[in-house]
Amino acid sequence: MLLEVRDLHVEFHTREGIAKAVNGVDYSVDAGETLAVLGESGSGKSVTAQAVMGILDVPPGKITQGEILFQGQDLLKLKEEDRRKVRGAKMAMIFQDALSSLNPVLSVGDQLGEMFQVHKGMSRKDSKAKAVELMDRVRIPAAKERVGQYPHQFSGGMRQRIMIAMALALEPELIIADEPTTALDVTVQAQVMDLLAELQRELHMGLILITHDLGVVADVADKIAVMYAGRIVERAPVHEIYKAPAHPYTKGLLESIPRLDQKGQELYAIKGLPPNLLNIPPGCAFNPRCPLARDRCRTDVPPLYEVTESPVPRTSACHFWKECLHG
Amino acid sequence: MADLSKNEEAVAASEAEAVAAIEAPAERGEPILQVRDLKKHFPLTQGILFKRQVGAVKAVDGVSFDLYQGETLGIVGESGCGKSTVAKLLMNLEQATAGEVFYKGQDITKLSGRALKAVRRNIQMVFQDPYTSLNPRMTVGDIIGEPFDIHPEVAPKGDRRRKVQELLDVVGLNPEYINRYPHQFSGGQRQRIGIARGLALNPEIIICDEPVSALDVSVQAQVINLMEKLQDEYNLSYLFIAHDLSIVRHISDRVGVMYLGKMAEIGTDEQIYEHPTHPYTQALLSAVPVPDPEARAHRERIILTGDVPSPANPPSGCSFRTRCWKAQDKCAEEIPLLAIPEPFQGQDTPAAHFSACHFAEEKNVVAAH
Repeated sequence: MLLEVRDLHVEFHTREGIAKAVNGVDYSVDAGETLAVLGESGSGKSVTAQAVMGILDVPPGKITQGEILFQGQDLLKLKEEDRRKVRGAKMAMIFQDALSSLNPVLSVGDQLGEMFQVHKGMSRKDSKAKAVELMDRVRIPAAKERVGQYPHQFSGGMRQRIMIAMALALEPELIIADEPTTALDVTVQAQVMDLLAELQRELHMGLILITHDLGVVADVADKIAVMYAGRIVERAPVHEIYKAPAHPYTKGLLESIPRLDQKGQELYAIKGLPPNLLNIPPGCAFNPRCPLARDRCRTDVPPLYEVTESPVPRTSACHFWKECLHG
Repeated sequence: MADLSKNEEAVAASEAEAVAAIEAPAERGEPILQVRDLKKHFPLTQGILFKRQVGAVKAVDGVSFDLYQGETLGIVGESGCGKSTVAKLLMNLEQATAGEVFYKGQDITKLSGRALKAVRRNIQMVFQDPYTSLNPRMTVGDIIGEPFDIHPEVAPKGDRRRKVQELLDVVGLNPEYINRYPHQFSGGQRQRIGIARGLALNPEIIICDEPVSALDVSVQAQVINLMEKLQDEYNLSYLFIAHDLSIVRHISDRVGVMYLGKMAEIGTDEQIYEHPTHPYTQALLSAVPVPDPEARAHRERIILTGDVPSPANPPSGCSFRTRCWKAQDKCAEEIPLLAIPEPFQGQDTPAAHFSACHFAEEKNVVAAH
């Protein structure tokens, strides 16, 4: 296994109290595999990724428990110095907002080249040649001429390509993409997702795709982990989850999106609001919004029940997953 | 160049004619809002002391459509296509460069002062970002009640608090929250406050500029359902501007697709989604990620190359030709008219709707799932 996150807990100390952002997350990705982490804002999907990358703000954030095994090595036990060598070279991240993630006063060539200067000790000249090569690879037209341009001179889609180029620079084994296409228009989104999927196949990388868009997930993912209030509520291969969700939250999400191919009646809406992380409801965190909730849900935290075993294990954190799956 | 401008004039004339002949199914009656050849060009200037105009960003470049009582017209398009500028022009927040907007027969682009104020009462707006469109230092009661300060005839002073509480109730918020501040609400609740403010003056038309795109999926459905309920209750007309094609289909009766300041195709939701004839609409629809992994295999995807050209310097002829796989010489020379394409004229098929393409062809790209 390329990456394995085990029982991860992350808290944030805020003025109002302790916000429990991640409460025992387990997931894993293999080389060449795409894991989609699906969730709404505040579900802990980005915080988990930041913990894996080692870019969590500490303080106020704090990892209180868990292991992050990368090729069998627990990253949380590494010294910051060694961690830095892993970051960028072996795992890289693509952020949502390319305009604010790129430095506006450095040319894109300098920013891409920096990767090679810092990690590989290359000269300025060599690193610039490498930058042009990378820009070609992510199909930026006229790379040679554009390498000296600044981020504002590129369109949104091109900037996101530069972010991808930067993440790929050192040919990492794992890429974490946090809402990589949310800020883009649909036609450009399709271009960027295609590019990302193609490069992943070519380089046989593991990809963690963090998103709230059920459509994007269906197009590229192999398996899905659905998060709610800092926990994984359902984990399944992509085909099965759309056919028959085994958790009421997943089911609600799928039913609440309008469809492109028909007009449809009134949308199903999950009632209520996502929980406040300072004060997560006892028992199953979803119980105040759940149509299946009973007394047991308000007291017992549901474990991840095994739904099916083969070929990829499928789990659901619902006491009544059978009811959800079959009815 | 002379040829081109002549061509443009011809386009304007025949487009106006065409639109006059459009739609207007008898049972709908008179349109409540008629937009004719609306243009907004933002000047590009050079020099500091002696500013001279060196060009113009043609944000909206000849858009025409009708809006009927109680219907929802969806406008879709990518960023920079001018859909938000259309919204601002309809609200008279921007001065149109050319064209007319008739509200019940009256051209509102020419109005000012008292007459404009009276019309504005009937056309209200709901904005995209519920975080920045509410003043953080005003209570919810003040925010929703502020329209009454400008139009006191709607609610006399003593009655306002009750009116505001009624509005809160209508949009599904607890009327006791009247003294709270925006930061005490979640995104979805804030959008409800924005909607309540839009409803305060009992308008006939509400212009919604990306009203749900900042919201989480599970909350989006709540707000969409609320908007549909309010439409039925108050017989509102919506102009629903969004980039999410699935949501637009869900809520709209008719849909217009914009590209680079122009309307590329307009028709009923079924005509646009199941029988699109403009290549841009087809590409746009095929690029939408569908939440069904089974559809991956048997779905044809049209991946456009390149980006949207700059509206300061749009391509000659058809503005989509630089990204279009069907483009031929004719597309660079002649601006296609927004009309029923020739092959479908006089036919009783869903493909016979307005589409601005020389080589319009029907193609269903939305796989049923």
